[in-house]
Amino acid sequence: MSTISREEVAHLARLARLEVTDDELDAFAGQLDVILESMKALAEVDTDDVQPTSHAVPLVNVFREDLPQPSLSREAALAGGPDTAEDRFRVPRILDEEA
Amino acid sequence: MAQPSRIIDKTAAELAADIREGRLTSVEVTTAFLDRIEAVDATVKAFLHVDREGALAAAREADAAIAADEEASPLAGVPVAVKDVVVTKGLPTTAASKILEGWIPPYDATIVERIKAARMPILGKTNMDEFAMGSSTEYSAYFKTRNPWDTGRIPGGSGGGSAAAVAAKMAPLAIGTDTGGSIRQPGAVTGTFGAKPTYGSNSRYGLIAFSSSLDTPGPVSRNALDAALLHEVISGHDPRDSTSIDAPVPPVAEAARLGASGDLTGVKLGVVKEFAEGAEAAEPGVIAAYEAGVEQLVKLGAEIVEVSCPSFTYALPTYYLIAPSEASSNLARYDGVRYGLRTGDDGKHSLEEVMSLTREAGFGPEVKRRIILGTYALSAGYVDAFYGKAQKVRTLIKRDFEAAFEQVDAIISPTTPFVAFKFGERTGDPYQMYLADLYTIPSNLYGGPGVSVPVGLADGMPVGLQVCGPVMGDDIAYRVAAALESTQDTPLADTAPELEGN
Amino acid sequence: MTKLNSYEQAVADYEPVLGLETHIELDTNTKMFCGCPTAFGAEPNTQVCPVCLALPGALPVANKAAIEATIKIGLALNCRIAEWTRFARKNYFYPDMPKNFQTSQYEEPLCEEGYVDVVVEGETYRVEIERVHLEEDTGKTLHVGGATGRIHGATESLVDYNRAGIPLVEIVTKPVPGTGALAPEVARAYTAELRDIVRSLGVSDVRMEQGSLRCDVNLSLNLPGEAWGTRTETKNVNSLRSVERAVRYEVRRQSALLDAGERIFQETRHFHEATGETSPGRSKEEATDYRYFPEPDLAVMEPSREWVEELRTSLPEPPRKRRERLQEAWSLADKEMQSVVNADAVDLIETTVAAGAAPAAAVKWWLGELSRRANETGDELGALAITPAQVAELQGMVDDGRLNDKLARQVIDGVLAGEGSPAEVAAKRGLEVVSDTGALETAVDEAIAANPAVAEKIRGGTHAAAGVLIGAVMKATKGQADAGTVRKIILDKLS
Ligand SMILES: [Zn+2]
Repeated sequence: MSTISREEVAHLARLARLEVTDDELDAFAGQLDVILESMKALAEVDTDDVQPTSHAVPLVNVFREDLPQPSLSREAALAGGPDTAEDRFRVPRILDEEA
Repeated sequence: MAQPSRIIDKTAAELAADIREGRLTSVEVTTAFLDRIEAVDATVKAFLHVDREGALAAAREADAAIAADEEASPLAGVPVAVKDVVVTKGLPTTAASKILEGWIPPYDATIVERIKAARMPILGKTNMDEFAMGSSTEYSAYFKTRNPWDTGRIPGGSGGGSAAAVAAKMAPLAIGTDTGGSIRQPGAVTGTFGAKPTYGSNSRYGLIAFSSSLDTPGPVSRNALDAALLHEVISGHDPRDSTSIDAPVPPVAEAARLGASGDLTGVKLGVVKEFAEGAEAAEPGVIAAYEAGVEQLVKLGAEIVEVSCPSFTYALPTYYLIAPSEASSNLARYDGVRYGLRTGDDGKHSLEEVMSLTREAGFGPEVKRRIILGTYALSAGYVDAFYGKAQKVRTLIKRDFEAAFEQVDAIISPTTPFVAFKFGERTGDPYQMYLADLYTIPSNLYGGPGVSVPVGLADGMPVGLQVCGPVMGDDIAYRVAAALESTQDTPLADTAPELEGN
Repeated sequence: MTKLNSYEQAVADYEPVLGLETHIELDTNTKMFCGCPTAFGAEPNTQVCPVCLALPGALPVANKAAIEATIKIGLALNCRIAEWTRFARKNYFYPDMPKNFQTSQYEEPLCEEGYVDVVVEGETYRVEIERVHLEEDTGKTLHVGGATGRIHGATESLVDYNRAGIPLVEIVTKPVPGTGALAPEVARAYTAELRDIVRSLGVSDVRMEQGSLRCDVNLSLNLPGEAWGTRTETKNVNSLRSVERAVRYEVRRQSALLDAGERIFQETRHFHEATGETSPGRSKEEATDYRYFPEPDLAVMEPSREWVEELRTSLPEPPRKRRERLQEAWSLADKEMQSVVNADAVDLIETTVAAGAAPAAAVKWWLGELSRRANETGDELGALAITPAQVAELQGMVDDGRLNDKLARQVIDGVLAGEGSPAEVAAKRGLEVVSDTGALETAVDEAIAANPAVAEKIRGGTHAAAGVLIGAVMKATKGQADAGTVRKIILDKLS
């Protein structure tokens, strides 16, 4: 039984910005299924009135004072950029060409 | 057999003493390890990047500081290898991913700052499964690292590079990170010592995130005391990590020395009933080596108590909901805009297409698989059923272990169900690979410390024994591990087959 | 061409339901999750660090001042402050958002369940607040290659992350029904009130023109007695006047569609300042799935009741109370005060009075001549190129008899044209009341001689007839005489 379809994997890949190949779609659909089957195990656990745990040691109210720290130099900030122009990070056109 | 007089055979504690007391210089020690890397890393392939010049420069500074009596750090001058998931200023950092190929970080992780402040030269960056996702280092985007015990086998993962580097004596110490077992499982299968500290006791600032609520950096070494010394260098509160615990570091080095005395009288060691049950139980050879170790611990005075953690069976599914969910979000930043790879920017493709092509080209199959799984788990309508549910089950697992630690001082188990497997043996079936972390995952979920100490061999391959402690009880784990080491005439790590050097 | 109904017809047929989402950039010293400074207008990518550039490995730490500011806003909006609250990740890809998720809040906002009362045409409307939460701003994107910086048609874009990570407070109202034809005015009054409240707290400069206060206007229409309609969300509404116009436009547009039997789609629309129209947002946007989950890199927050009460006691006088106090001090009738509020002139008048002008004079200038000027150019009153201090200075010159009203208006021309302070403009333009009584007496004598019949009437006790002579004198002196002085001279001579 397949709980996750090929189309669903394609949708997830789009959400995650992955241009997956057809072969990958098939492979992932099958492999995710195995994992998801095991996830069903959790559904049987009674967790009514159970608080979620986000960290091993519960931490609350971890704040920073509003004091400026040095920023990176602009050179350092831009150094890793695959493409920069006018001291900014250049990206290709954001919108798809209108049909 | 190894020559006892060789620098590379010494423990980190011995090297530190030799340097501090003037019998060796940091430059001599660092050079010895760099030379060893040159000799054997072509075979082992533990390093993604070796920084000979940087390491020697740091060694010279360490020597100068020691000569001027300005340096009190217990590991001053002792070199260390760092897993490539840890950000190092000016040194390439890729998390073994193509998507970060060529990235030179403009900042240091907090633990790297502390290593530098302790005047420990950094030898280089070690190989790993891409973004720490894997248990064999086969998912490195660059190359496979070989197990020094049998170069046809995996060195464990994700921190296979750090473990193999230490096992092959290319570094006396290394840094690893552990999300589900990535320090301990490689330690077990390479016959080295690895410790996952209490979550939050070691800063994550500058650790390339895999799963934020589980990731923990820790030490890799050939024995408990060396690891404890490095643990104390990197540990402690960091205001740059909101999940960092503001409390004193447990006295792990003291505990390791205490354990080395070989007395465990009055120490109660828990054996989790459920670990031994189920279809996925450990290989017979692993069980045999582990049980022999348990006998040794009993001889030292420890009392074995069976404890029950019924929610253990849910640990693996809980982990495989939490970790990919967080990973899918943590890895969203790799989009080819601010750093790293960019693919398909040919003037024809839109930004969304370029991002998708970049991520498709830059991530390997296991990373993509987990991103898809995590995206699914978080997608509309599922977050409560999956991530939310997993966080609640995590609470149950935590309660089980807290209850167990009411009865016992520490919990022992095999570190991993099987010895190092052959390359390719488990890559076809993700679930078979995930089983490698069966015994290590619980401590990531409840957050406490876990160490893996070499306990014996099965079919000539090393087996590890895991000691888990309660949250912030790292010291007891070190003490028990060091006690077990005291029963071995030769440390297991020193019995590795000698590698053919160049 | 979009079909529009007349506004009057639209609100006669349909009942509007409003909703407002407001984003306010806090003016903390540092960003929400890192220590980078937040100064406006810095060189691109000079206020960035590993955290706000989302470099691998960097981690956030929450700014306490931003939490405090948000709680203060919540308290000032009569909200309940959460006892347990946390941040959540809102996952979506966009290049101005370095992590490709926004650290925001989801099911557990810092503040919930408040309200703001606004008065429009003598009627009080209670706008209920659903939530006030804290999140982070995005970077700024320059679009290159298209028409005048627009994203449509651009061939590439350039991103500056200086603004990325600035603390941003989002205030969301519950749907506001029952405003009828006054929906645009209520929307405007709410936004103005919210702005005044936040400004009084000193946690943001709330300048719509700089984007530190941004509005999204939700609007739906329904037939009387029927269920609420589908709403549109209009973004990019960046002045009080635009809030009003955007509501008005959507009422007209939606009613025309409904009349034609068409459906309203739940969609994001953009407001265009120049035309006052709205247009659909990106059509290709996939169904949004933000995959919210609790932010694992940050600790949960449990604002202690002591802390909340401490912040409550630190709150300044609410703008409403302040207005009541000022109304009394200025001796204004309710209706006059309402005009002051509607003209957004409370602060301006208060500052003008503080600079020395009499309240009545300050009100007269701002609601009269200056409002007229603002209307002519379509500017907000506060955006006029004249300061309250300059208005006070101008009034001082009138009080001293150096300017009369007509000259004062010419001085305003000069100040608005950037010619300097009122004194400078008066000097440069030679605008000054003729106070040389010798010259005036000559002019009066000439006027009497030219109008003997009028002079006779005045001598006969008909003082009202003096107006004719005053007019003649003013004409002769080109308006630079003080009418009162002229009148006195005339009456002296003819009694
Ligand atoms: Zn920053």
